[in-house]
Amino acid sequence: MADKEMNRTIVCIKPVPDPKHWNKVSMDPDTQTLRREGIPGIINPLDKHALEAALSIRDAHGGEVVLLSMAPPFAAPILREGLAMGADRAILLSDPVFAGSDTLATAHILAAGCRWIGEFDLVLCGNMTIDGSTAQVCSQLAELLDLPNVMHVTGLDRQAGDKMTITQKIEHGHVRLEAKPPIVISVRKELNKPRYTSFTGILAAESKTIDVLSNKELGVDPNHVGLNGSPTKMAGLELREFKRARERVGGSPEEIVQALLEKIHRYGII
Amino acid sequence: MDFKFSEREEMLRKAVREFAENEIPPKMEAMEETGEFPMELLKPMAEVGITGILTPAEYGGVGLGYVARTIVLEELGRVCGAMPMALQVHHMGCAVINDFGTDAQKEKYLVPLAKGETMGCVAVTDPTGGSDVVGMKTSAELKGDKYILNGRKCFITNSHTSNYWVVIAKTAEGAKGLSAFIVDKEAPGAKLGRKENKFGLRGANTGELAFDNCEVPKENLLGQEGGGLAVAIKTISETGRTGMAATALGILTAVYEEAGKFATERVLYGKPISTLQAIQFYMAEIYTQLEICRLLCYRASWLKDQGMRCDNEGAMAKYYTCEAAVNAAKKAIEIHGSYGIMKEYAVQRLLRDAVVTVPSGGTAEIAKVVLARAALAPFKK
Ligand SMILES: Cc1cc2nc3c(=O)[nH]c(=O)nc-3n(C[C@H](O)[C@H](O)[C@H](O)COP(=O)(O)OP(=O)(O)OC[C@H]3O[C@@H](n4cnc5c(N)ncnc54)[C@H](O)[C@@H]3O)c2cc1C
Repeated sequence: MADKEMNRTIVCIKPVPDPKHWNKVSMDPDTQTLRREGIPGIINPLDKHALEAALSIRDAHGGEVVLLSMAPPFAAPILREGLAMGADRAILLSDPVFAGSDTLATAHILAAGCRWIGEFDLVLCGNMTIDGSTAQVCSQLAELLDLPNVMHVTGLDRQAGDKMTITQKIEHGHVRLEAKPPIVISVRKELNKPRYTSFTGILAAESKTIDVLSNKELGVDPNHVGLNGSPTKMAGLELREFKRARERVGGSPEEIVQALLEKIHRYGII
Repeated sequence: MDFKFSEREEMLRKAVREFAENEIPPKMEAMEETGEFPMELLKPMAEVGITGILTPAEYGGVGLGYVARTIVLEELGRVCGAMPMALQVHHMGCAVINDFGTDAQKEKYLVPLAKGETMGCVAVTDPTGGSDVVGMKTSAELKGDKYILNGRKCFITNSHTSNYWVVIAKTAEGAKGLSAFIVDKEAPGAKLGRKENKFGLRGANTGELAFDNCEVPKENLLGQEGGGLAVAIKTISETGRTGMAATALGILTAVYEEAGKFATERVLYGKPISTLQAIQFYMAEIYTQLEICRLLCYRASWLKDQGMRCDNEGAMAKYYTCEAAVNAAKKAIEIHGSYGIMKEYAVQRLLRDAVVTVPSGGTAEIAKVVLARAALAPFKK
């Protein structure tokens, strides 16, 4: 990579409601949307693994780590946390017209963000978010950027001179791939252990910039963003009640044990 | 007046909480069982900035001050009280060298403390003099270019996890006869005594130090000869009391959370017990105590950060918060019924931990001796 000016990694991060407070999430029965007021946000956990990967590549080879997020303006403190972990700067894509974007619209907006940033080697994402769990954005983003995409990444080794080795988890094993940047990668948690935010990191983050861009700067086709640009329409949202199931098993002790064993296997408990 | 934490302080709290919640619980069973401090966490804590929170950047720390330190200790204590106990004394060890050390002493002893290579330790208490500091027997006598120390220190936090100790010893009789020394644990005649078997804060190491004609180089005198009482008082009243208060505050926070969780989960008569007014009143009391203690603790730390006197406020925060933690833990156990005294539930540990904070760093009675002086000063004839 010595031949390159800049080894830039873009890390897409999404602010999500802290799962520790999910008991406070309720549903608005009229609008069928989730009420999230008062629930603190965190960086989507898998995105932290993506950020850790970016930071360790930068620490080893130099370059720049840029955070990219599409979120309302109140998400800025969450980006600040990513900066405190060690990212160099952050871009927040925020515009009322983005509201209601599904994964495809989000990918359009993020792709515009990537282009706005300019040249880059890598785009890293978490494999999925804990609130949406679609695992679609990363591939859609790669497609829109016309770049190769590897998902389910559990190993990432960036060597000198435009080469990298990627380990991808598949159903019954792993695939080792060789790739050349630029590339879009989404990671699993097995990839690494994200570093803790240090106090020096928190201090350093105070003087790092968060650029907030609206669609004026990004110029995404309005037909591709927000509810308008979202082919996915939610048909309905319902609250599931979890109740303990009860079943009485009868018979002789041997029969009961047999029946229990069967159930234990059937429900995949062991 | 402004009671809000800054964005920086909020981030600090979040960072410590994440570290504490992930890293400490896996160690706690062993800590309870063996009474050993998890030394393997020292380096990771140093990387976060916990060990060097008070130490200036030029000596390897982050120098964020006392409010930040109280946040750190409270968050650690919310997960496990033994952690801030050990860390707060570690910070005392840092502060005493930073306040009284020469540049050479700071370079040699402060840097490894901030970097988490060893733990800070301040040994004042003698078997013959806890509250009565001047009544200590441990002595130091200058012979040539060395001080020769003889005596014993007891109830010393980080005694066995520290490579060097700040020791207060007698160089002459009376209040002006105490002096402070940095004693290397490898010094000839320096010995480790027993490890105490405490019933609470078990994961914080407490033990004895013994000096048998222990040779301490003259340049290891900390401050002036005869200035030891001032060294001890400044360190205990500013860093020690605010630190013990923050430790108890963390325990109290945990008490509040455990009580609230249990009260809303335990169902009796078809409803959570939190619908019973008696339980609600317990919760209201614990909640109020917690807020009072937060205000006391953070105000004392804030005063220190402003460079203002904080000895009375530190004493108040310390004695009040430690007692509040004990009382709240008892109420939380009542909320739990018999579950509360079972080892599976955290509240029993919280009570044991809270009780141990009471004498540590000076008893409530001694705090009141200090405060009575301040309380009566305006009426002095
Ligand atoms: C977990 C733990 C950690 C500790 N860590 C350290 C450490 O790192 N370094 C260190 O030097 N020490 C440490 N100590 C010791 C602690 O500071 C002393 O135990 C404390 O100062 C009390 O001294 P003592 O135990 O000798 O009690 P004593 O002084 O014997 O007191 C006995 C009783 O008499 C009361 N009393 C004494 N004097 C007065 C008075 N003038 N007026 C009214 N009542 C009075 C006391 O309040 C107490 O109720 C630690 C103690 C504990 C429990």
